[in-house]
Amino acid sequence: MTAFAARNFKEIVRDPLTLLFGAGLPVVLILFISLLQRSLPGGTNAAFEIGSFAPAMAVFSFSFVALFSGLLVAGDRKSAFLMRLFASPLTARDFIFGYVLPVLPIALAQAVICFVFAAFMGLKVTGWLLFALLLLIPTALMYTFFGLLFGSLLSDKQLGGVFSIFVNVTTWFSGTWFDTGLIGGAFKTICNLLPFSHAVEMARAAAAGDPAGIFPHLWWVLGYAVAAGAAAVLAFRAKMKA
Amino acid sequence: MNSPAIEVRGLTKRYGARAAVDGLSLTVEDGELFALLGLNGAGKTTTIKMLCGLTEPTDGAALVYGQSVQDGGAEERRMVNLSPQESAFAGKLTVRENLELMARVYGADRAAARDLASDLMSRLSLTDRAGDQARKLSGGLQRRLSIAMALITEPRLVFLDEPTLGLDIRARRELWNTLRELKGKMTIVLTTHYLEEAEALADRIGIMHDGALTALGTADELKALSRTDNIEDAFLALTGADEMEVER
Repeated sequence: MTAFAARNFKEIVRDPLTLLFGAGLPVVLILFISLLQRSLPGGTNAAFEIGSFAPAMAVFSFSFVALFSGLLVAGDRKSAFLMRLFASPLTARDFIFGYVLPVLPIALAQAVICFVFAAFMGLKVTGWLLFALLLLIPTALMYTFFGLLFGSLLSDKQLGGVFSIFVNVTTWFSGTWFDTGLIGGAFKTICNLLPFSHAVEMARAAAAGDPAGIFPHLWWVLGYAVAAGAAAVLAFRAKMKA
Repeated sequence: MNSPAIEVRGLTKRYGARAAVDGLSLTVEDGELFALLGLNGAGKTTTIKMLCGLTEPTDGAALVYGQSVQDGGAEERRMVNLSPQESAFAGKLTVRENLELMARVYGADRAAARDLASDLMSRLSLTDRAGDQARKLSGGLQRRLSIAMALITEPRLVFLDEPTLGLDIRARRELWNTLRELKGKMTIVLTTHYLEEAEALADRIGIMHDGALTALGTADELKALSRTDNIEDAFLALTGADEMEVER
């Protein structure tokens, strides 16, 4: 399993898209929004304050983690390489861990880059950022499982379109850009039923040193992570059998 | 007495009403180089997939070294490897990394994997491309890498599905030499469209047509059976005729 996980790690980090989207885009957004916030008298909105926006960007960067893992699985499915591995002694468990484990350090590295860059833009550096990083792990897992699920079900060509929708859903329904309560109604209900705003609120609370504020968001994220993980395993096993 | 490498009885694979493989019965002895010939869609690749445990048969039994393919665990899988019809490798890994990956997936430790990779790259003339990413190799080199990935695990039984497809004549002859060297050291089942390749390399040849084995024997036996004096004519005669079998 270690060799397969190492292979997957190399496949991801050797793709320039990984750096460009995974770390580059969130950093550019942090820079842009911070400058915008500073240039306008009284700031723009509370979501754009660096203490709120940086943890949200860390979560946003995980959308690309989902993309990387999805593309990896879909690419392997398309090639005969996976057929070769299916004939090997690797088990279903080896495959799942092999696809998930290498993605986690990449996700955490993206979050660290977001926080480090945000520190230059005024984010207060405290020990709570480490707590936030710890709590980002279940969120990263959830996004990774979404990626594996999509990668197991869709072709690599279909994946691009579906992921552009996914990235939009994860950001617009997450409260990254504005307080979802400003719109309220059905929109807020949908946001509450999806895990993305909970992931953002949890990261914000943890980074701000408000451990009580991570609840009930943590349960939502864990619940979705377990459900997405189970669905990904089932979908991948079905593909193995097919 | 040693178990045969492959023992197949009534192996069948149906997709709806169509039988891709229809009641195949066959024995391949340990150390034999066996060639499976057939036109496109004859059922060769489906047969290999069933023998590797990649596809469940609809009916029949397949034993590899006496063990049911469907019930086999990691140990049984360690004995078998394959080179699929399409080149199969990790595109962003280097040649060496691909080889070491396969060796390690099959249980070799890091040092052993490194040694095995060095040895195989030398034998298949891949050493000078060891550090190149697989996706950047030419089609012929990718094919050679794909075959090397099947051989690096030192399997008792290896399936080579169209191994020389896309290789130039020199690379093809080099691979023939490699396969000749391996003869007797492992059981090799190869499918090929190149009839002269089967004749030059194989101990026995099985001819499949419409999912069924229509003839089985040495190249000379097949020529005698079809009353022809070359393997190409024999193949054409035997893929157009009713079942003819030369028992060993």
